[in-house]
Amino acid sequence: MSQVASTTEAIPQRSRRRDLHLADRIFYRVVKGTAWGMMVLLLSMIVVIMTMAWPALKEFGLRFFVTNDWDTLGDSFGALALIYGTVMSSIVALVISVPVSVGVALFLNELAPRWLSKPVGFLVEMLAAIPSIVYGLWGLYVLAPFLRSEVQPFLSEAFGFLPLFEGPPLGVGMLCAGVVLAIMITPTIASVCREVFAAIPVAVREAALGLGATRWEMLRISVLRTSVSGVVGAVILGLGRAFGETMAVTMVIGNIEQIKLSLYEPAQTMASILANQYAEADSDLHLSALTAIGFCLFVVSLVVNGSARFVVSKFEKRERGEV
Amino acid sequence: MDFAYRRRKFVNLVSLAGIFGLAVLAAVPFFVVSVFVLDKGLGAISWDFFTQLPKGPGEEGGGMANAIVGSAIMVGLAAVLSIPWGLAAGIFMSEYGDSRTARCLRFTTDLLASTPSIVVGIFVCGLIVVYTGFSAWAGAAALTVIMLPIVARTSEEMLKLVPDHVREAGLALGLPRWKVIVRLVLPAAKSGVITGLMLALARVAGETAPLLFTALGNNYHSESLNQPTASLPVQVYNYAMSPFEEMQQQAWAGALVLVLFVVVINLSTRLLLRSKQGWSS
Repeated sequence: MSQVASTTEAIPQRSRRRDLHLADRIFYRVVKGTAWGMMVLLLSMIVVIMTMAWPALKEFGLRFFVTNDWDTLGDSFGALALIYGTVMSSIVALVISVPVSVGVALFLNELAPRWLSKPVGFLVEMLAAIPSIVYGLWGLYVLAPFLRSEVQPFLSEAFGFLPLFEGPPLGVGMLCAGVVLAIMITPTIASVCREVFAAIPVAVREAALGLGATRWEMLRISVLRTSVSGVVGAVILGLGRAFGETMAVTMVIGNIEQIKLSLYEPAQTMASILANQYAEADSDLHLSALTAIGFCLFVVSLVVNGSARFVVSKFEKRERGEV
Repeated sequence: MDFAYRRRKFVNLVSLAGIFGLAVLAAVPFFVVSVFVLDKGLGAISWDFFTQLPKGPGEEGGGMANAIVGSAIMVGLAAVLSIPWGLAAGIFMSEYGDSRTARCLRFTTDLLASTPSIVVGIFVCGLIVVYTGFSAWAGAAALTVIMLPIVARTSEEMLKLVPDHVREAGLALGLPRWKVIVRLVLPAAKSGVITGLMLALARVAGETAPLLFTALGNNYHSESLNQPTASLPVQVYNYAMSPFEEMQQQAWAGALVLVLFVVVINLSTRLLLRSKQGWSS
């Protein structure tokens, strides 16, 4: 009897269980669909931008990347000066930012007591939160005059024999953009460096200290030397951020398409010319040429960020002993 | 005390001092920037800034009421569009995230998050503005694309902090998986997820580049979402580049508002997280 009863009861139960699975399946599909939406978004970005950039790329071909000629009236476009501006300003930023970022990451992770590393870490992270436009405003009205009156005369006196520090101090220009970019990418590089240092097992540090190494020797041998590839990844991530940075650079770089070795000279980057000209581009070819620059920026950022993430995650896996 | 030992001690001291110096150097810019923004912004800000429309070039007074309203509308729309989508994607990556597809999508999201914001502006320009003209919708769409990957990644990370025994307990009670996620895992990660959302909002509220050629700007209040719309960051940009003293003053006031907004959100979410550090500690 009881068996019969249980089988009759089991029928509604089973159908109810199937219902629950159905809800689960629907939930899974919906959630998975939204995640796939990200992929669709990325692909459609590539397609849309590529389509708009195509006319200019077809018209100028490879010439677009190797000639320096940005003539909006004559409809003739070559982006070499912009590529130079982007690369050079990023290099200046890295030269300033990399030692500072690695230093602060070492300090926060390895040396500072907790009560100090928390607030200092917060200050550095806040640098990433301040909007780019605020850096631009500050760079234009505070940093540029300071560079012109204080820093550039000093640099000219000390290193004037180098072509990098030639010419009259203008304030606004490549150097100013580099300094502002350096401030902006420091939190990126520092936070990835901190992750990388944290992934190194404590035992490695203890081994060095146990052999009688000083604090610095321990940092050099067990932390810095083992984390080279991870730090390189962090630097590349910072580089990716510097390449794409728009507003702050636009406001302090001077916006002139020219290739001058001197860091005092104004320049133009790929991102800044977009901010300056995109809304006002009147000819189709001009718009398409600008979009082509945006496309390059996009592709470069995909490649740079993709490879950096690959390097960093590989490093962390190695340290966790997963490879 | 032989020479080599003393040399090592000396190198140690110098290097540690150097590291300390670099750390100081990294912490200084935030002070310098915020001191100048406070100093110049406080001198320029007034009640009018929040309630008045912009005056013409060279005129005293006026405010950025239209830009503040425009920013609020576009950021609000972006939040409404991106939060459900991003949260759902975050759930997928955290709760069903072991498969190869999920890893691939996570990588995609990272790439999206690191796309320069100006490129997002171009994308929306080509997708929407070319056909309908500059509008608040286009601006909101650009902000959505920027916000989406941030929301997805932060909510994924916060959901992952919920320990597995919570899920196992729910499943052992016979709850279906979706109910475990919606009723147990999400509430457990609530404060973390909200923190992530707030930080994403703070991030897009300051975005300028993607709005330059999607929402453009407007000297008045917009009458509909299909019109060019002012936003605080773009207005700050335009005023900062203007030759008029009064407009530059207004730009500093706008920058002060932006910085205060960002700092307040960051500080408060941090305090919120600290007081509710239930799962992660």
